Amino acid sequence: MGKVVEIRWHGRGGQGAKTASLLLADAAFNTGKYIQGFPEYGPERMGAPITAYNRISDDKLTIHCNIYEPDYVVVVDDTLLTAVDVTSGLKESGALIINTTKTPEEIKPLLKGYKGKVCTVDARTISIETLGKYFPNTPMLGAVVKVSGVMGEKEFLDDMVGSFKHKFAKKPEVIEPNIKAIERAMQEVKGL
Amino acid sequence: MAIRERLSGNEAMAVAMKQINPDVVAAFPITPSTEVPQYFSTFVANGQVDTEFVPVESEHSAMSACIGAQAAGGRAMTATSANGLALMWECLYIASCSRLPIVLACVNRTLSGPLNIHNDHSDSMGARDSGWIQIYSENCQEAYDNMLMANRIGEHPDVLLPVMVCQDGFITSHAIENLDLVEDDKVKAFVGEYNPEEYLLNKENPIAVGPLDHFTHCFEHKRQQAQAMMNAKKVVLEVSAEFAKLTGRSYGLFEEYNAEGAEACVVVLNSTAGTAKFVADQYKAQGKKVAVLKPRLFRPFPVDEIAEALAKYKAIAIMDKAESFNAAGGPLFTDVTSALYAKSVFGPKVINYIYGLGGRDVKTDDIEVVFNKTLEIVATGKVDSVYNYLGVRE
Repeated sequence: MGKVVEIRWHGRGGQGAKTASLLLADAAFNTGKYIQGFPEYGPERMGAPITAYNRISDDKLTIHCNIYEPDYVVVVDDTLLTAVDVTSGLKESGALIINTTKTPEEIKPLLKGYKGKVCTVDARTISIETLGKYFPNTPMLGAVVKVSGVMGEKEFLDDMVGSFKHKFAKKPEVIEPNIKAIERAMQEVKGL
Repeated sequence: MAIRERLSGNEAMAVAMKQINPDVVAAFPITPSTEVPQYFSTFVANGQVDTEFVPVESEHSAMSACIGAQAAGGRAMTATSANGLALMWECLYIASCSRLPIVLACVNRTLSGPLNIHNDHSDSMGARDSGWIQIYSENCQEAYDNMLMANRIGEHPDVLLPVMVCQDGFITSHAIENLDLVEDDKVKAFVGEYNPEEYLLNKENPIAVGPLDHFTHCFEHKRQQAQAMMNAKKVVLEVSAEFAKLTGRSYGLFEEYNAEGAEACVVVLNSTAGTAKFVADQYKAQGKKVAVLKPRLFRPFPVDEIAEALAKYKAIAIMDKAESFNAAGGPLFTDVTSALYAKSVFGPKVINYIYGLGGRDVKTDDIEVVFNKTLEIVATGKVDSVYNYLGVRE
């Protein structure tokens, strides 16, 4: 059994954390991996904290439970830091990746003693400047791939171009801004 | 060449239904199975199937419409969960006694109450005596494969019974996983045409379906129904063997994992069997052997084969994701222990765990508790408690 990369996503209902986990699963699948992407369903309402998960592996996955000791945690909304214990079980060899305007040094004291790597990315600014709207999941996806190295950056970008072409077949004008959002997140993520 | 895909369990079941292209699908939405008819209705709208899709106003009507369609001579399918299945209850019995091989995708969810949308097996376990064949699926691949085999099993002339294909709500129904799909033309050839011998729309040979059946004949009809269930086991194996030739994926009445040299065994259904296999691999690496036996066919219950397979173990833990409130053990435990006793297998010590009710996540730590207990029983030969709860606060 090779290494399994486990990722936990924290977001708020409506921000697309579930969709991001499914997009990451898709991209990893397209690079030949075995994948799982699954949300934890609670009360389904806009703004409520939600959790989603990914497992990415070179070998077949049989385990079917939530992830308690993730390699990476992605926080799509920094207001969750006071509401959810986001670093619970997070491996110190891994990283926390958070959408915030703050720096990694400003985030670290808020993390209940987590000693591992903290990476920040201002997905709000990137999203608004590239897409014209607040869709943090697209840039967060870029940041996760960059920080985790779970797949090659070029492979990932090529795959995203393909899936956006498919997804936005009727709105081709949004493909380039989405790719731009991913690229910028990859370049701008701090704390690597 | 198989088609490498990634789909959720619900999508996988809906794609299987698309490839089967039944005459009628009648369904009413209920979490977590809603996506099955939802995806299917888009296939109808896109003209990818020529199925008559009946968006009924309740599950009672969904099953009634399936009964009508299947009795008329068509192939009918539906999907449901939890209270949706409960609302079908009286119709389930009518479908099976009328010998109508309807196929139902059952996405397992806790039967209310308390009101809960998450997974356990209280819904399908409650329907275990309704005369439906029940097949359980560990993951998205198995949910898909079992759907492809269901029509062939139910429609076999020695069987003619409805089939329920179960998978775990949310855990697999809403999880995207890798799976291999079979090409449309191969599915079409494998599933074949449905040509019932007798059906309502056959004007050459008029029949009645569902008439009053007095004490003069009702018992004989029930006896025939029971015989059909007995016959189903052989047909499941035949259809599975043919499916293995087509896909390379072998299925039996149950799957035994890590059995060689093991003295302890855990019996568990659906997705938790996958987690148990994962823990079994970890234990194996540490030199500790625990086998996993995952029943695939629960109705009919493979009494002879399961008793024979379990006879070699010293300790067996049977895990139930449903409470039967008999104050003695869950439904799988009752069936396994009665199989052992009926087949004069008295060697293994047997314990039961009720687990995961209402969607309580089943962690690897929980599985370890069960594994460690069975290994302890192997070592000491002593059972301190037969009927146990796993992962509950008390």
